[in-house]
Amino acid sequence: MAEATLRVFRGDRESGKAADYRVPLVPGMVVLDALHSIQAHQAPDLAVRWNCKAGKCGSCSAEVNGKPRLTCKTRMDSLLLDQPITIMPMKAFPLIKDLVTDVSWNYKVNRKIPPFQPRPGVEWKMDQRDVDRVQEFRKCIECFLCQNVCHVLRDHAKQEQFGGPRFFVRVAGLEMHPLDGASRTRLLKDELGIGLCNITKCCTEVCPEDIHITDNAIIPLKERVVDEYYDPLLMLVRKIRGAKTAATAKRAEAD
Amino acid sequence: MNTKYEIHEHDVLIIGAGGAGLRAAIEALAQGARVGVICKSLLGKAHTVMAEGGIAAAMSNVDKADDWRTHFRDTMRGGKFLNNWRMAQLHAMEAPDRVRELEQWGALFDRTESGEILQRAFGGHTFKRLCHVGDRTGLEMIRTLQDRGVHQGIDVYMECTVTRLLKDGDRIAGAFAYWREQGRFAVFKANSIVIATGGIGKAWKITSNSWEYTGDGMALAFDAGAELMDLEFVQFHPTGMVWPPGVQGILVTEAVRGEGGTLCNKNGERFMQRYDPKKMELSTRDVVARAIYTEVREGRGTEHGGAFLDISHKPADYVKRKLPSMYHQFLELADVDITKGPMEVGPTCHYVMGGIRVDAETAQASVPGLFAAGEAAAGLHGANRLGGNSLSDLLVFGRRAGMAAAQHAKTAGLPAIDGAQIEQAERELLAPFDRPGGESPYQIHHDLQDVMQTLVGIFRTEQDLRNALTEIEKLKARAARVHVEGSRLFNPGWHLARDLQCMLTVSEACTRAALARRESRGAHSRLDYPNLDDAWGRKNNVVVRKGDSMQLFETPVAAMPDDLRQILAEDK
Repeated sequence: MAEATLRVFRGDRESGKAADYRVPLVPGMVVLDALHSIQAHQAPDLAVRWNCKAGKCGSCSAEVNGKPRLTCKTRMDSLLLDQPITIMPMKAFPLIKDLVTDVSWNYKVNRKIPPFQPRPGVEWKMDQRDVDRVQEFRKCIECFLCQNVCHVLRDHAKQEQFGGPRFFVRVAGLEMHPLDGASRTRLLKDELGIGLCNITKCCTEVCPEDIHITDNAIIPLKERVVDEYYDPLLMLVRKIRGAKTAATAKRAEAD
Repeated sequence: MNTKYEIHEHDVLIIGAGGAGLRAAIEALAQGARVGVICKSLLGKAHTVMAEGGIAAAMSNVDKADDWRTHFRDTMRGGKFLNNWRMAQLHAMEAPDRVRELEQWGALFDRTESGEILQRAFGGHTFKRLCHVGDRTGLEMIRTLQDRGVHQGIDVYMECTVTRLLKDGDRIAGAFAYWREQGRFAVFKANSIVIATGGIGKAWKITSNSWEYTGDGMALAFDAGAELMDLEFVQFHPTGMVWPPGVQGILVTEAVRGEGGTLCNKNGERFMQRYDPKKMELSTRDVVARAIYTEVREGRGTEHGGAFLDISHKPADYVKRKLPSMYHQFLELADVDITKGPMEVGPTCHYVMGGIRVDAETAQASVPGLFAAGEAAAGLHGANRLGGNSLSDLLVFGRRAGMAAAQHAKTAGLPAIDGAQIEQAERELLAPFDRPGGESPYQIHHDLQDVMQTLVGIFRTEQDLRNALTEIEKLKARAARVHVEGSRLFNPGWHLARDLQCMLTVSEACTRAALARRESRGAHSRLDYPNLDDAWGRKNNVVVRKGDSMQLFETPVAAMPDDLRQILAEDK
């Protein structure tokens, strides 16, 4: 039977190194199947986070031959099998063990985002065209691969000042919800640090759900922030109408 | 009480963070309870996320003639009248409000021309009834509930596994758990506990279920003295992927058939004409699963042992819009473009109708303070579940369980925690590290899946079921000697060693109930008793723990009031 070699990171926060495992190939096998085979026959304590093995839950993210991927959607026959396949944990998050990282920071960021807030007295009818736009963002399975490749997080470790692409997608889904009445622009500017994103589109490239993160979420949100806070004409108008500025600030405060 | 354990205290503790658990949490919180939710995985990854087709609710947005009575009747018929009628009634009556509530919390369903929630056809439903979001309805639902719950203030304990329910006399007192990450132990004190841990599919080889579906909640409840009911009824979804082997069992949503997909055998015959000429592909799941299985067994299957499911007669952009995940799933995993050609599909273990026996109104189990909702509970679906009735089940009975658990917590005094129970739980959990020479849990799990797949599958016989019981006894003996390598730090082998115990408990319960039921009804098909038996139609099988063994008894199906009987008699 044909075999492949997987070079899998083994270790914890203190120390670790890659270990090689030979795995028999099965037609249609994905990388996660190969990792399960290693657990069953060679290394029962190999830590891998996974749930559905069907590309729906976004749990099994790792870096396969240097590329951030869902291991359940990466077919073995799409990889070069005459050399070892390297499997590393996501780099942008603290390691727990082997391929499992601590992604709890994401859940903390999520908590900062004000939830959906229907406009008062709204009629619960929506046009499919308006819904389509938001449903793109709602496809996100929270695999956190976009967070993992974002250089603001991965290379500059600005977790304290920056929300990351996943949460711009989430905010976009709320801001563009046809019936939502809250404003999250101040949050985007101050707490999620959207200005730090310089639209290199790395996030869009790795999204397994093909969400156009940069074009459809981040750029329109950046425009909203600019419109509200940096438009010179609007700033002048607001200065003249002091009351309006106060009202905007108050609304943002309430969020 | 021993102070070496990390201790958490809640009025209501919810085990499981899928649709039922989160809906229960939101409701308990609204009742003013301090709520904790424990889940084996990260928040938002529970099995609900995999639900595809939709939520059944008689909103009558598309088919104006629909109402709760028709939904009630469809559910009872689908369940072959073994359902708890009161649960079926409450479910049909309350589901529309639960869907509207989701929308008000931010869920975005597909729309009708006039801007209302769109509904699609599904097997066994008389009318177009399933509110949906393409083929990722479960994701929409879990994300909506997750965000709602978090912002309302639930405490979530992620990647934490409960291994034992603690009791104070007869009543529930709390739970003992370990953190997957570090392997540390934690004790949860709680006045009420809601079990919302989902199903048992991981005991079968070909399954659409994730690793979490190991019957934990049912086994915990059983160990704590609760009754499990209807466990012989395991739903094999008619359409799972069959090729390539690496993806065998992955779900192909019923929405493919709901949107007009047809089933053919290798001769190009639409074989459902022979099994259910009236409903064809949209017959109930038990019927379609048996039809495909029979076609394959009688030599009319596809090359890889399945049937052809074809939606390519619909415009390609329509297929991509209504079934986006299916399109990508087949393209990426099986090199099949479903807009151009058929899929190969076959039955896959998907859902268990049975579970913890609960009161219809309050979702309370036979143990005071213990509640259960969703797939972990029994009653609503009877002998067979209709597609789309699961997501609505989670919402309707999740809410009811949360409400009743909060009420119970208010009236019950603080329970006392018994240190001896905790120490025993700890000993049991750590024992596999100290058994050099013992067997790997992976091997035992593999063998259990073989036994359940071959002997307790779609078609059953007395002999197979007896053999299965013998095999399960052997597996239990092997599991008692299981050995775990490595440390307590995120160790999947260790986690599996524990999950295996739960799978063995539910597998035994399923097999015993299947052996007892000498008839074929809904998802339970006996080759040696191929017909419905009226006597069996009036009783449910229940198992309960007696000492260290499992005892089975029959209990009569509750009599239905006349007005509901009348609804069932009407034929539309």
